[in-house]
Parts: sequence; C-alpha cells; structure tokens
Amino acid sequence: MPPCVLLAGFSCSCQTHFSSKQGTYPRAFGLGLYTRLNKAFFPFADSPGVRFSSCTPKVCIVGSGPAGFYTAQHLLKTHQNVHVDIYERLPVPFGLVRFGVAPDHPEVKNVINTFTQTAKHSRCRFYGNVNVGKDVSVGELKQAYHAVVLSYGAEGNRSMGVPGEGLAGVYSAKDFVGWYNGHPSCRELNPDLNCETAVILGQGNVALDVARVLLSPIDILKKTDITQPALEALVRSQIRRVLIVGRRGPVQVACTIKELREMVNLPGTKSEMVEADFDGVTEALKDLPRPRKRLTELLLKTALDTPGDKEQQRRHQASRTWGFRFFRSPSEVLADADGNKTVGIRLAVTRLEGSGEGARAVLTGEVEDVTCGLVISSIGYKSHPIDPSVPFDTRRAVIPNTMGRVKQATGLYCSGWLKTGPTGVIATTMNNSFDTARSLVEDMESEALDLSSVKTGSEVISALLEERGVKSVSFSDWEKIDSVEMSRGEASGKPREKILTVEEMIQVART
Amino acid sequence: MLSRREVGGGRSSLGFSLIPSFPQGSNNKVTVHFINRDGDKITAKGAPGDTLLDVVLNEDLDFDGFGACEGTLACSTCHLIFEDEVFKKLGPVTDEEMDMLDLAYGLTDTSRLGCQICLSKSLDGMVARVPESVTDIRQSKDESA
Ligand SMILES: Cc1cc2nc3c(=O)[nH]c(=O)nc-3n(C[C@H](O)[C@H](O)[C@H](O)COP(=O)(O)OP(=O)(O)OC[C@H]3O[C@@H](n4cnc5c(N)ncnc54)[C@H](O)[C@@H]3O)c2cc1C
Ligand SMILES: NC(=O)c1ccc[n+]([C@@H]2O[C@H](COP(=O)([O-])OP(=O)(O)OC[C@H]3O[C@@H](n4cnc5c(N)ncnc54)[C@H](OP(=O)(O)O)[C@@H]3O)[C@@H](O)[C@H]2O)c1
Repeated sequence: MPPCVLLAGFSCSCQTHFSSKQGTYPRAFGLGLYTRLNKAFFPFADSPGVRFSSCTPKVCIVGSGPAGFYTAQHLLKTHQNVHVDIYERLPVPFGLVRFGVAPDHPEVKNVINTFTQTAKHSRCRFYGNVNVGKDVSVGELKQAYHAVVLSYGAEGNRSMGVPGEGLAGVYSAKDFVGWYNGHPSCRELNPDLNCETAVILGQGNVALDVARVLLSPIDILKKTDITQPALEALVRSQIRRVLIVGRRGPVQVACTIKELREMVNLPGTKSEMVEADFDGVTEALKDLPRPRKRLTELLLKTALDTPGDKEQQRRHQASRTWGFRFFRSPSEVLADADGNKTVGIRLAVTRLEGSGEGARAVLTGEVEDVTCGLVISSIGYKSHPIDPSVPFDTRRAVIPNTMGRVKQATGLYCSGWLKTGPTGVIATTMNNSFDTARSLVEDMESEALDLSSVKTGSEVISALLEERGVKSVSFSDWEKIDSVEMSRGEASGKPREKILTVEEMIQVART
Repeated sequence: MLSRREVGGGRSSLGFSLIPSFPQGSNNKVTVHFINRDGDKITAKGAPGDTLLDVVLNEDLDFDGFGACEGTLACSTCHLIFEDEVFKKLGPVTDEEMDMLDLAYGLTDTSRLGCQICLSKSLDGMVARVPESVTDIRQSKDESA
C-alpha cells in the first residue's frame, strides 16, 4: 500500500472501503453464479472486519468490452481501495460480446454475468454514452484520474486496397456483423442479398461467422438475438453458395476447429472444395502440432473423404453450399456495365513461399474471375487513434506499450485489441487485460505512479460532460434497456430483441 | 451451436442447475488437490457428480479467469493438467472438448477441461494443476533470461 501523502488544505476523499453487496445482485440470469463467483473474484468484498484507510487511487477505463471489464475486475480484486470508472461510447456495455459474437453462440456471452458483477461492485461505476476523444479528451481524464487505461478495441477494418472496393455489393465483415448484431452505426447497411453467390475474403473465424449466418436455416436464426431487420433480410435472401477465399493454403487457415466443425455440420448445407488445393497436405500432417493437425485433418476429411451413406443422404438434401478457395488473393471487384454494382471478383492466383504457419503468399501472375453479387471483406479489424495526445503506432495500428504501460506516457495504460492488435478470443483478451492490471497495480505499489495528489475522478468529469450537454447512462440505466430488450425478445421467441438506435436506448434509459 | 444440455456428451454441468445439491455426509465427498499457478497446493472437496469447475466455484478457489463461459464448452479457461494415471481414469474426451482444448495455452497430452470432469469416488485424492497463462510463461522466460 503506498503511503498517503496529504497536502494541507485539501479535503482528501479518503474513505474506508468495504462492500456489502451480497444479496443485491438481480436474479435475471438465474444461474446463481453471482454469489458463487463473488468471493473468489472480490475477496475483499465481504470482510467488514478489515478496514483500509488511505488516499483513494482513481483509475478510469475507456471502453467496456472484455478488455475494459477484465482490467477492471483484476484491479478491483488485487487492490483494496482503488476506484474504477468505465467510460463507454455507446449507452450499452460489453463491446464485441454484444456486437461481434455471433447470435447463434449465446454460450460465449455468458461472460456478461461476470462483467455485470464487476459493474455492480461498490468501487466501480459505468458511464455509457460518453465518447472519449470527443465528449471528453484523454488529457482531461488524465487530470481527473491517477491512471487512464485505454481499452477501446478495434472499431475500424483493414481494407483490401483493390479497385472496385467501393462498389455496391461490397461490405466489410465489420459492418456486416455490426448489421446483424444491431450496432447502431450499421443499422442502415441493408445489404443486398439478392444474388446466388457470395464471396468472403479471409478465412478467419469472423469469415466463418458471416458464412454461417448467410447459410443457416432461418429456424435456427429466429431463436437467436439476431436483429429483426437482419432476420427478415435473410428470409428473403437468394444466396445459395458461399465461397471463403484465402491467399494461403489449407495448412494456414486462420479459423479454429470448433467453427470449422460447425460449418461442416450446418443443416441444409454441403461443402464444395477443390481437390487440387490439398496436394501435399496429407504428407505435411505428421509435423504439425496437435491443434493445427486436428484442424487440417478435419479439412482433409471434409474435402476428400468419400462420404458414408448417412452423410451422402444429408448432402443430397442440402440446398446450399459453402467451400474454401485457397491460394487466391483479391485483385479487383468487377462491376456491371453501369459501373455501379458488383458482378464478380478477380482473384490473383498465389503460391506459397516457405512452409507452415509462416509461409508467405506470392503472386504467380495468373488471375481467375468468380461471378458473385456479394463480396464481404473479412481480412481483419483495425484500431484507430482517438486522441492526438496518445502515442499510436500507425503501422501496426496499436498503442505502443510494454506489458500494458503506454510507452513514454506515465499514467497511461492499454489493454485488449488496442494493445495486441485485433486477434485472439475472449480468453486471450482476458489474459492480456489481467497483465495490464498487474502492471498498473505494481506501479501503484512501487510509487512509479504518483498517488500523492488527490484526484477528483468522475466528479469533475461529470460536471464537464453536463456542461457539454452529454448525458451519461449508468449501469442501472443499462439494466432498464436490458430488461426492455429481453421482454421484447420474449414476445417473439428470442432471448432478446436489441434496440437499434442510440436515441431509443437513451429514451428507454430515461424512463 | 451446442446447447448447455448437449455439451460434453450429455454430461450436463451440474453446478449450474437450479436444483440445490443435497448436503452429503463428508465421507461421500471426493478430495481434490489443486496446484495453482504459484505452485501452491490447495485441497478441496466436492460431491460425486460435481464437475471440477463446480468445485472451484463452490469452494471459492481463486484461479484468475477460471470458467469464463460457465461450463458451456465455449472457452478453454478451465484447462487443467493431470498426472498420467489420473488422466487415464477420466474417461473419454469428446471432439467438442478437444476442439476447445486446442485453443488452451500450454496444452499437454494430459490436459482436460475442468467443466467436463465429473467427480467420482475413484478419483479421490487426485491432483489437478492449473496451467500458467501464456503471458505468465512469457514473464517467467523474461525473468530467467
Ligand atoms: C465478429 C467477431 C466475433 C467474435 N466472436 C468471438 C467468439 O465467439 N468467442 C470469443 O472468444 N471471441 C470472439 N471474438 C473476439 C472477442 O470479441 C475479442 O477478443 C474481444 O471483444 C476484444 O475485446 P476489447 O475489449 O479489446 O474490444 P471490444 O470488445 O471492441 O470493446 C471495445 C469497447 O470500447 C468502446 N469504445 C470505442 N471507442 C470508444 C471511445 N472513443 N470512447 C469510449 N468507448 C469507446 C466500444 O464501443 C466497445 O464497447 C469475436 C470477435 C469478432 C470481431
Ligand atoms: N468463435 C470464435 O471464437 C471467434 C469468432 C470470431 C472471431 N474470433 C477471433 O477474433 C479474431 C479476429 O478474427 P478475424 O477473422 O477478423 O481475423 P483473423 O483470424 O486474423 O483472420 C484474418 C484473415 O484475413 C486474411 N487476410 C489478412 N490480410 C489480408 C490481405 N491483405 N489479403 C488477403 N487476405 C488477408 C488472413 O489471411 P493470412 O492468414 O494469409 O494473413 C486471414 O485468413 C481472431 O483471433 C478470431 O479467432 C473468434
């Protein structure tokens, strides 16, 4: 515990800290996990015998995705009196858990239960509807808090940089996913699904999410929290064939096995691969580590095995197809005679230089044209700088840092995709966020971080926001939105019907 | 798209059912020794039929980030490593569990997911090691360098 140095004349916000939150958690999730997880997560939460008296370290976190919440969780757990405020641009929390994770993967969203527990911790506050960099600057946050953790994710996308990328019928996966998951900024996407073939560029898990949503039977989707407009568009969709295109080979696919298996087993569909793409793959198997080996074996089986009777029958009944296309890099999106609409894509043929995970794709000079009316570019998300005062590595599109400490910026930290780049599952984000929190606590304890001056925290920031006409949304406001969404969902047999505009979210929050 | 009931080859994660388990005599309980990331041994007891994830939650064992998806086979945060003899007694692994295990850090030949292991009397006294996370591994490398 750092010594608390008090300056004369300051009224310190010294407090005694312990919480008695037990029993106040709602039953909404019905899993009984709150109380069960509570003690392990927050060991100080119910020890009224212990009192800490010192100056209150105040930390704020920008962004309420997994990175923001896992950083907060670890800070609250390992430091006995730190206060954590989370600022979120949207009125609703949880980042990509709400707006990225596929609607047919509800079990992944269970992490929300733990995040909710963190948000309800007595030393944590959530301020939604606050756009950091616009409504309040990082400089102002640094003034008000002892430390600022940037966890605002990767809200942009990499672009292919090929001619025709701007044509009607070409979408980034980020926007397409945002549309079916109800991100307010993607509400008006209205993608045109009135064609037979869709081409997805990139072979990561996002590409597979998109393929699955495009091809899933409506009976499956209608029981998920997919938005109503997306569901209706998918009912009318003419898409019967989805090609998932990668610039490298089968041994380099970026997706993971669970997601591939879901494609292989997707009702009403069958796979369609190119045998020649798998030349030499069987021979390469023996040198692969187990995860890559199992993934490659499943690919091989799907592409080359003669199906048994049952599988034959299943394939016979399939009305939709999907397939990987390897060794192809996007070269140009082809337009119709008017030059407006997508009618196909020109792919440059590649070959590999080197082998294994590190192999590189080089162009052979050949091209191949594929007819399609829909192109979805799923080659990765990308972070943007939100404030000129914060160091940003534009080449790697991350904040330069060592173990979460922003380089050459005392008091600034980062976690999540903004720290590592846009890869990794929630568990990866969790680990890197715990690391950042560990660094921060270390700095508080070693006094590398100056805790001697009293910080006003949310008090001064709330006043600033008020002055600027920004109305923040609290966690209990979010719970009103949550319950309205759940009851609207119940009416249509879905777990939730998401509210699609910021205006309506705020209106519900104010009721 | 597996539902909670379907995961793990029909072995539901009992800890999340709403039916409270009956208090059992302590002689019915199964003892489990966990080795945490710091190498400390923590001994806990669970009822037969409980999963190892249930034991961790019920006993408030403090393993950071353990069980993020709450036992639904959607993450690999309850990854545990066993001794050969114990591993052999744990029963078959489903493809779905293997798929998630493949994403786990520090995967070994005797790795399993805690949410899929149900306690039985024959496992009494077993040892389960919580693996280091990838960053822990990096850190300890840094320190030894
Ligand atoms: C389509 C998709 C599907 C995925 N599915 C899975 C899955 O099934 N399983 C899995 O384990 N992982 C999945 N992932 C990965 C997982 O979502 C990420 O690991 C994780 O969300 C990264 O967390 P983050 O907090 O860094 O970013 P985010 O989740 O993006 O959170 C960032 C937050 O910051 C907010 N923000 C942005 N700008 C500002 C600002 N200026 N001021 C204030 N707040 C701001 C955003 O609104 C957002 O809430 C998926 C990823 C994607 C893209
Ligand atoms: N269910 C889940 O668990 C789930 C769901 C969604 C997302 N996620 C996670 O979220 C992270 C992000 O997913 P993601 O799919 O966006 O990214 P990703 O896994 O990194 O995949 C990106 C894909 O785009 C390709 N690519 C990149 N740049 C390209 C270019 N210039 N030209 C052509 N192809 C290019 C990559 O090929 P190369 O390999 O050749 O670079 C790769 O196939 C991943 O870690 C993923 O696992 C998880």
